[in-house]
Amino acid sequence: MSEVIHAGHQDSDHGSDHDHGPDKGLARWLFTTNHKDIGTLYLWFSFAMLFIGGIMALVIRTELFQPGLQFVDPAFFNQMTTNHGLIMVFGAIMPAFVGLANWLLPMQVGAPDMALPRMNNLSFWILPFAFGMMLSTLFMEGGGPNFGWTFYAPLSTTYAPDSVTFFIFAVHMMGASSIMGSINIIATILNMRAPGMTLMKMPLFVWTWLITAYLLIAVMPVLAGAVTMMLFDIHFGTSFFNAAGGGDPVMFQHIFWFFGHPEVYIMILPAFGIVSHIIPAFARKPLFGYDSMVYAVASIAFLSFIVWAHHMFTVGMPLAGQLFFMYSTMLIAIPTGVKVFNWTATMWQGSMSFETPMLFAIAFVVLFTIGGFSGLMLAITPADYQYHDTYFVVAHFHYVLVPGALFSIIAAVYFWFPKWTGKMYNETMGKAHFWLSFIGVNVTFFPQHFSGLAGMPRRIPDYALQFADFNMISSIGAFIFGFSQLVFLYVIIHGIRKGKPAKARAWEGARGLEWTLPSPAPYHSFTQPPHVPDAEVQG
Amino acid sequence: MKQKISFVGILLGLISAPLALADQLNMRRGVTDISGQVYDLHMTILWICIAMGVVVFGVMFWSIIHHRRSAGHEAAQFHGSTKLELTWTIVPTLILVAMAIPATQTLIAMYDTGGEDMTVEVRGYQWKWQYKYLDDDYNNTFGFFSTLATPQDEIRNQSNKGEHYLLEVDNALRIPTNRKVRFLITAEDVIHAWWVPDFGIKRDAIPGMLNELWTIVEEPGVYRGQCTELCGKDHGFMPVVVEVLEEAEFDAWYAQEMANESIRQEALSKTFTHEELMAQGEEVYGTFCASCHQPNGQGLPPVFPSLVGTTVVTGPRDEHIKLVIDGVNGSAMQAFGKQLDAAQLGAVVHYERHAWGNNAGDITQPRDVLELSGQ
Ligand code: HEC
Ligand SMILES: [Cu+2]
Ligand SMILES: [Cu+2]
Repeated sequence: MSEVIHAGHQDSDHGSDHDHGPDKGLARWLFTTNHKDIGTLYLWFSFAMLFIGGIMALVIRTELFQPGLQFVDPAFFNQMTTNHGLIMVFGAIMPAFVGLANWLLPMQVGAPDMALPRMNNLSFWILPFAFGMMLSTLFMEGGGPNFGWTFYAPLSTTYAPDSVTFFIFAVHMMGASSIMGSINIIATILNMRAPGMTLMKMPLFVWTWLITAYLLIAVMPVLAGAVTMMLFDIHFGTSFFNAAGGGDPVMFQHIFWFFGHPEVYIMILPAFGIVSHIIPAFARKPLFGYDSMVYAVASIAFLSFIVWAHHMFTVGMPLAGQLFFMYSTMLIAIPTGVKVFNWTATMWQGSMSFETPMLFAIAFVVLFTIGGFSGLMLAITPADYQYHDTYFVVAHFHYVLVPGALFSIIAAVYFWFPKWTGKMYNETMGKAHFWLSFIGVNVTFFPQHFSGLAGMPRRIPDYALQFADFNMISSIGAFIFGFSQLVFLYVIIHGIRKGKPAKARAWEGARGLEWTLPSPAPYHSFTQPPHVPDAEVQG
Repeated sequence: MKQKISFVGILLGLISAPLALADQLNMRRGVTDISGQVYDLHMTILWICIAMGVVVFGVMFWSIIHHRRSAGHEAAQFHGSTKLELTWTIVPTLILVAMAIPATQTLIAMYDTGGEDMTVEVRGYQWKWQYKYLDDDYNNTFGFFSTLATPQDEIRNQSNKGEHYLLEVDNALRIPTNRKVRFLITAEDVIHAWWVPDFGIKRDAIPGMLNELWTIVEEPGVYRGQCTELCGKDHGFMPVVVEVLEEAEFDAWYAQEMANESIRQEALSKTFTHEELMAQGEEVYGTFCASCHQPNGQGLPPVFPSLVGTTVVTGPRDEHIKLVIDGVNGSAMQAFGKQLDAAQLGAVVHYERHAWGNNAGDITQPRDVLELSGQ
């Protein structure tokens, strides 16, 4: 095992001296094989994507501020909804979690670096090209992808703009990047843990990422298959999804959601891990129910493979199919409930303080739970007929993705910021960021439940008059939320440049091997496998 | 301290807001037995969620207020309790089973197809609906298109928006009260979805597939919905409007339409003048072609080509007719031969050849179209 590390290390361009720091200049970032540098690249990349996707969201919300067409035409509007979704899912949330994995996994398992450092570099550097290509389609003749982030055929094949081919290629690249990232994560976790760190002693962030990585390896090839079939339908005369040629448009949806449902858990399981670190730290109390947390994540991951058609209740499946997918979907509520109850029990009888990471973590639990409730409602097939493809669904998945996944990422950044930079961020500004985001997110998305129940379909550039009030509120919230992320940017930059020095254990209640390292953590995390003290393990 | 209180305040607000507004912006109960059952399911699950939320968030906020370090609370060190963990696995399971039972019953009721009194075929097109009354007595020919009736200047904010802005059509689907109406749902181009919230029914309209839905409505009235599956540029502009008429009224209307249908069939063998063709053609063009090729014929290049002075509209007439009948494979230009009858096709081709400065100088009669389409 240590040979692996050394081999990877010696081949890298900065030689084998363990006390050296990073290279200087651009070369450091282009050729780096260091997990921290790559983690940093991932995080800044996803932050940039968050702003690009956010600008698209604001274009959408600007158009929807009032009924009527004011700012963009419907064709461009569709490109905005599509690219907003693609960028946020594949460009912001997923790379941010991979960035966190890069930074944290080696430190948390007691390893010097990731298992496959050069592949690590490749899996990051694919991304700017993939997204560069995807964004460039917006400037092509006929426009960029306009068929929704779910790109249902035949709208995305026979009826797609020419640029769809570039979109397909970009998806392939993102898939390759994710698969390489997952292999690396699995290899690191399974092979590079410090002696004494058994599986059931691993920190939950490590557990959740291990399971997530398996999900990714299982479903990214399915996505690749789907887009390849599209490519063949478009260019090589096949008819996978073309009914006139004997194909089946519904098959596209089955394949897509077989990828898509695990994908939504890919975006939430690491969040569960993060929150399971932060809440015990600020409650100064061990995590409640570690074992059941692990089993819950594993069962959610398993269930995620047998619920996909709950996204397709309206395609006209036989009754037995509808019932199966309704029941299996309802089952997910049980392990998810266990997690929420465990977090609550962790807070119970604690000695809580409410620094920024804790505020985001608590908001995560509450608002993610609200998203879970609407998810449970959507599982009820007869009711889903009324909710499906309305703003109720938009509200649902934004609750689990924004105050869910995104808040957990923000919480993680605040929580581990001292470890990464050796500096403390400004707590007052962090809290301001939290309250603005919290208010913004709820003002944006809560009213969307109402417009959905009242019958407003999703992905429309203009709407009937009865939806006007709630859309206006929603748009105002979106601007509050969007601009408050500039506060986040400010807090980070200010913290890096002017923050006060941080202690090794920056938060007194924090547990885990990473807190035994100095702040900032050394360039090569653990050059010697550390002893794993009981006080630092979660299980 | 203050911050945490406002946190609680906001959350209480969030929880109570849906209740206060329940009458205005909740799901509608609708007008059919099925939609009522769905509404009841929705309310049951909503209340279950609210109750669970109150319990969980209640405990959490009690803890946030009392178990804080600033209040001097010491942390306990327990980290598990088999009893508790079993309870909160089993209780939710029981709640879910209790919820699954009525949901299953409603779903089974929705699948109770068959025994219908009449059948309507619903066909989605970019961006309109076609309704066909399947009636063997009349060769299944009677049907019509239903397109958005809201004028462009309302959409472009140049005039005040009417009460049913974006939810109004030129021809509403008409069905009678108290009869079981079966809908066969499909699409011509991409996937659409047909939804009437007040009936509690929604189904995807998928090219190459037939989906089945049914309803029995007791209340006469006009019921409005929209396409809910992204179907391209004008997805937001293809409403569903169903007018439910008293049985007698419906029968009278239907008989009248059947009589008109025979006249329409006769038109196919008539010879029209240039003026008649231009007038009818302009109407057809406005309904079926202008959304892409634009009212002025200029199109929206490069996606939708202009029809002014092109080789097709100035070239041989029969090529032009064939293109409109068969469409252009792999593009948004549909095969209109399936949607329009020969009289309409003849008129629109004649119109295109003589409008916006085009002047082909020929004439296109319904029989010219019939010859080429082999009808
Ligand atoms: C959904 C959009 C759409 C609608 C509606 C539509 N067209 Fe087209 N039409 C197109 C597109 C796209 C093309 C270009 C096809 C190609 O060559 O790739 C086209 C091409 C044509 C052409 C050939 C133009 C040329 O000079 O090459 C004619 C003629 C035409 N359409 C007539 C009609 C008529 C008549 C109608 C109404 C009955 C109609 N179109 C409705 C999209 C549309
Ligand atoms: Cu799903
Ligand atoms: Cu649509």
